[in-house]
Amino acid sequence: MHSCKPKWQRLVSSGVAALSISGLALAAPPQFGQPVSGQELAAWDISIGPSGEGLPPGSGSAVDGEAVYQAKCQSCHGEEGVGKPADPLVGGVGSIGSEATLKTVGSFWPYATTLFDYTRRAMPYDQPQSLSANELYAVSAYILWLNGIIDREQKLDAATLPQVQMPNRDGFISAWPPG
Amino acid sequence: MTTKLVRSRLAREIEQATPAAPQRRTFLKHSVALAGAVTGAGVLTRASAAALEVPASMTTPGRPFSSYGQPAATEAAVQRGILQPYGELAPGAGVSMTPLQDLEGVITPSGLHFERHHNGVPEIDPAMHELLIHGLVARPLRFSMAALARYPRASRICFIECAGNSFFNAFPEPQQMSAGMIHGLVSCSEWTGVPLKLLLEEAGIDPAGKWILAEGADAAGMSRSVPLEKALDDAILALFQNGERLRPEQGYPLRLVLPGWEGNMNVKWLRRIKVTAEPTQTKDETSKYTDLLPDGKARQFTYEMGVKSLITQPSLGTQLDGAGFYEISGLAWSGAGSISRVEVSTDGGANWVEAELQGPVMDKALTRFRLPWDWDGQATQLMSRAYDSEGNQQPLRADWKPQYHGSNIYHYNAIQTWQLSAAGEISNAFV
Repeated sequence: MHSCKPKWQRLVSSGVAALSISGLALAAPPQFGQPVSGQELAAWDISIGPSGEGLPPGSGSAVDGEAVYQAKCQSCHGEEGVGKPADPLVGGVGSIGSEATLKTVGSFWPYATTLFDYTRRAMPYDQPQSLSANELYAVSAYILWLNGIIDREQKLDAATLPQVQMPNRDGFISAWPPG
Repeated sequence: MTTKLVRSRLAREIEQATPAAPQRRTFLKHSVALAGAVTGAGVLTRASAAALEVPASMTTPGRPFSSYGQPAATEAAVQRGILQPYGELAPGAGVSMTPLQDLEGVITPSGLHFERHHNGVPEIDPAMHELLIHGLVARPLRFSMAALARYPRASRICFIECAGNSFFNAFPEPQQMSAGMIHGLVSCSEWTGVPLKLLLEEAGIDPAGKWILAEGADAAGMSRSVPLEKALDDAILALFQNGERLRPEQGYPLRLVLPGWEGNMNVKWLRRIKVTAEPTQTKDETSKYTDLLPDGKARQFTYEMGVKSLITQPSLGTQLDGAGFYEISGLAWSGAGSISRVEVSTDGGANWVEAELQGPVMDKALTRFRLPWDWDGQATQLMSRAYDSEGNQQPLRADWKPQYHGSNIYHYNAIQTWQLSAAGEISNAFV
């Protein structure tokens, strides 16, 4: 770009302004990105969409999840997810919109995949990304079971977690695209 | 306002220092009569030149240079107000709020820009930080910070406002807090960096790609889905804020800036962009940052911040010093475009007067308005009402509330009413 300047100035001074501008614009767009291999991507890509894309191998049920919850979650989210000092995870199903609206995983969250994704990336608060895939499936199952959404023995894995029908799945209206 | 306060403070000092000085009221009348022609200091000199002495600062050398300047020690009280809803349990979750009542103009000093963190401010070594772009693209790419620094840059002045800003005013009863503690989750900076469009085009977007997921490198892995239209429109990967590298609490070394859209989507410490066919339905676009309606349905993906304004001077915490001249001043903004008009009422909404807008009025940026006002000393209510270039008008609180479920606090953009007592005290009121 710098080396173009004298030429640009010469062209402008000789009155060929239009040509000079198109000459500048011809500079190729920069390409400084480095290619990434699929293997490299796998470690970085921790997000899970509502279809379950990105869920890791592994499984767990509420039976397995109770111990995980008690060890890793209960000190903040209370016994059986009732909350306090941190947000409640359980209860309030059917309350949304009433005077006693209580937003919890069970009453408000539209996708079970979000529970897995958020727990993996952000919890426990002092040790995010520390839970194994089996622990994550199990503790997710435990919270869903406490909310009466799945059976205690039901195993959750990459195939079954996205199939869980959350009570408030139809409780959202998309404002995008507008109009 | 500031001028008036300075004058009255000086007047008090003069009264104390010189018994023969004119009474305060007389002095103020005199100074207002001269306002516009001379400065407050000029008035003072005329009124009581005999009282002044050469200040010590003129008779001793000042301190030498500093490699990075700091505010005056006597301004130490101008600080962000911090709220940590989980206390010691999660000290890095919460907000700090811009002290709007203490600031002037439209640019927020970088050290006073509001903060919203979900698990603290990460320490990131820019030499180790990379941005990954992948998903529905022809070429997944990684970018070092050194590589990002080589791209052509875009720069714009725009506000960032948390979608939960002004949540205290969504409560059933008015909270008695400063303008900054109520509305200080909005700030305005010049953001400079790489247009996101350039990098997405380099990676080559698959026709099936309609959204991006933007993810931060913080301990909450804060992530939001953004429609591709916005990413290709005016999204900037900011490297600089107000001319210097981003502050750590504003996303150093890389932040996604989406002008006019809710603050939560302006992902800080940006590490990854994944092009997807559908929104990812992250925690912060489902369980949070969705707007509950009266029927219990939640409106999702309400990105644009509504047209809004408030009077910052005078505001709660200002003690008015009797009837007379005051400048009313405040801020207006809209995520839909630029501010076209701000009206001020000094009689509780019965009459509205158009305020002067401080130019240049910029798209999706804070806009300062001013109105000279002669207070008659009676109790009244001060309000401001903003309009934007897209025909939107700021609503009354009484009209905003019924649009949502009573518990909703997001996207509060209603008119702020300051109740002024005859004693010159200001409180927060709901209208």
